[in-house]
Amino acid sequence: MSRRVYMDHAATTYVNKDVLEAMLPFYTELFGNPSSVHQFGREVKKHIDKAREQVAKAIGALPEEIYFTAGGSEADNWAIKGIAYANRNKGNHIITTQIEHPGLLESCRFLEKEGFEITYLPVDQFGMISVGDVENAITEKTVLISVMYANNEIGTVQPIQEVAKLAKDKKIVFHTDAVQAVGSIDINVKEQGIDLLSLSAHKFYGPKGVGALYVRKGVKLTNLIHGGHQERSRRAGTENVAGIIGLGKAIELAASRLEENSKRIKGLSDKLITGVMEKVPYTRLNGHPDNRLPGNTSFCFEFIEGESLLLNLDIKGIAGSSGSACSSGSLDPSHVLLAIGLPHEIAHGSLRLSLGDINTEEDVDYVLEVLPPIVDRLRQMSPLFEKVKGGK
Amino acid sequence: MKKRVVIGMSGGVDSSVAAYLLQKQGYEVIGVFMKIWQDERDDYVENEGGCCSLSASEDARRVCDKLGMPFYVLNFKEVFKKKVIDYFVEEYFYGRTPNPCIACNKYIKFDALLEKAKALEAEYVATGHYARISYDEKFKRYTLKKSDAMAKDQTYVLYNLSQEQLKHTLMPLGEYSSKDQIREIARELGLVVANKPDSQEICFVTDNDYGRFLTEKQGESIKPGFFVDTKGNRLGTHKGIVHYTVGQRKGLGIAFGKPMFVVEIIPESNIVVLGDETEVFHKELIASEVNLILYEKLDSPIKVTAKIRHTAKAEAAEVIPLSDGRIRVVFENPQRAITPGQAVVFYDGDYVVGGGTIDRM
Repeated sequence: MSRRVYMDHAATTYVNKDVLEAMLPFYTELFGNPSSVHQFGREVKKHIDKAREQVAKAIGALPEEIYFTAGGSEADNWAIKGIAYANRNKGNHIITTQIEHPGLLESCRFLEKEGFEITYLPVDQFGMISVGDVENAITEKTVLISVMYANNEIGTVQPIQEVAKLAKDKKIVFHTDAVQAVGSIDINVKEQGIDLLSLSAHKFYGPKGVGALYVRKGVKLTNLIHGGHQERSRRAGTENVAGIIGLGKAIELAASRLEENSKRIKGLSDKLITGVMEKVPYTRLNGHPDNRLPGNTSFCFEFIEGESLLLNLDIKGIAGSSGSACSSGSLDPSHVLLAIGLPHEIAHGSLRLSLGDINTEEDVDYVLEVLPPIVDRLRQMSPLFEKVKGGK
Repeated sequence: MKKRVVIGMSGGVDSSVAAYLLQKQGYEVIGVFMKIWQDERDDYVENEGGCCSLSASEDARRVCDKLGMPFYVLNFKEVFKKKVIDYFVEEYFYGRTPNPCIACNKYIKFDALLEKAKALEAEYVATGHYARISYDEKFKRYTLKKSDAMAKDQTYVLYNLSQEQLKHTLMPLGEYSSKDQIREIARELGLVVANKPDSQEICFVTDNDYGRFLTEKQGESIKPGFFVDTKGNRLGTHKGIVHYTVGQRKGLGIAFGKPMFVVEIIPESNIVVLGDETEVFHKELIASEVNLILYEKLDSPIKVTAKIRHTAKAEAAEVIPLSDGRIRVVFENPQRAITPGQAVVFYDGDYVVGGGTIDRM
């Protein structure tokens, strides 16, 4: 087997060893149902409380403002639909952006069918929204503004604090999908004025299938999952106990190492970006040059399809992605790349390499050795490239 | 180093076994599910046998896992829409009866997929078709021959392949003499798809209701018109020409007191011509867009057997080249329902000589 390099941390991460260890007892000896009256249940409940505190502390919230969910998509669905339904008598307008995660966009599309009006704000060539655009979009009927913290495909980090302030001034609820940001960027919901925030454990070395929605005290939210009295009757279903414990441990670890880790990973990303831009002509970096996630690199290689590039990299053991993991089953041109103004044919040629804890200098060197010849070979097959070369 | 093959996996038993056979022959095999089409209705119901549903791609993936092969889903939706679906719809509005499988083979499986295969440094694309490809020293050409499994022979939908395409294509099932053998291999391997029924309908019209499909795509262009007899007398009103095909008897919506058949569709005047059964038979046809496999070109008439649809028997005929590149085909005996838009394919024994698209009787 040849070398394997994982550069798809934005899709998911492995589970940190300490996190896994913290989780294991909850599959065996600590198996009680936290809702049960007896000791078996109570001892587990205590650990869930602790996990809730860990999550709250990491983002500057109160424990009672954290609700565990089955991941980021559920948190997004709940935030959008929950605010929309809770404020139906106040208004039916929601402001969001064109580059949100499908979990959010599809929730909005669903609400459109229910009679809500959604404004999807455009972004500039770097994937940035304009706070002025947000302000201009606000109407008397606006009940929610939702802007993703950092984009999963191109890594651009939005001016969250300014949007939150604007929303607060206008007395509109503000939600941010921070699934990609938590663990990579220091977030404090109180200081930044965030009302709701979605996060997901498997993006920061926690387990899959567990996440959380932070809901500021005093924000009215309609339930999404109906049933039993778990999560203070806000989110039914027997708790994914081990997952919740893992989430708590993972977010605590991530917060404690955030500065040091981000710096190291940023260094690797910068090296990769510089190397690729130097070695491969007709290449552009997607996303904002400075305001971006430390581990995100996203490129468009003109004249070739991302799909072919991705598969060739996979054959060489390099795991990247074209568009986001969620849409790569279909490999349609990414809505994010189209939103930053890339023409259809270039949006097809994108590659995202997202770096994380396990990556090393050697990994970056390997990619810089393997990638350029593949791009070159695919370009030799491309009639478009022939034309450009011939035209010179 | 092993030669690399990219195989198109439909999730059915044929392509699954074909993948296995290639692996056994020593190729490095990469499985690809071609995402070509998506039902846009929300209330989609999974059906068995359809070839582009989620369950089909899941089946293909599971087979590849079982065989230890890499598996990728690749997107061909755009080119499929342009070259197959749009063509399919247009042809009906021209009063013709298209064959989307032939278009798909020509433009998608052996063109777009072959391109992808080359991008992956593969020497070949492979499919689970029942047909045989080989290089023939006598003809100095790549040839296409009927499968030993006569009941499953699929050469009719493959006549359009070029020499370059044939050179880079493998069809390992062609050597087998029945589908049962293929199912048996699948069962021995424990493949989940061993007992899956054969797909019947056109993959993007899963309910087989072409009228419904065409109405959804372009309903505004469907206009009622007149049924007439072969002398031009009006017999009644039809629902729009796209609802009819030459040779059709059922579903005309009018009782005539005797069996009546569609003998011709005239799009210019929006007319469907009906006649009795004898009027559905013709001895001659003109075909265009001719592709030849066995020869480079045709200078003089040749004797062949010819098929005018996938399910028809090959019948004795003479192929006469015309000066404009088209061909005239004269059958020894009259053929039932020669249908514009369908292909006519010629054979010399087991060899596919070539074929073309039927323009008119």
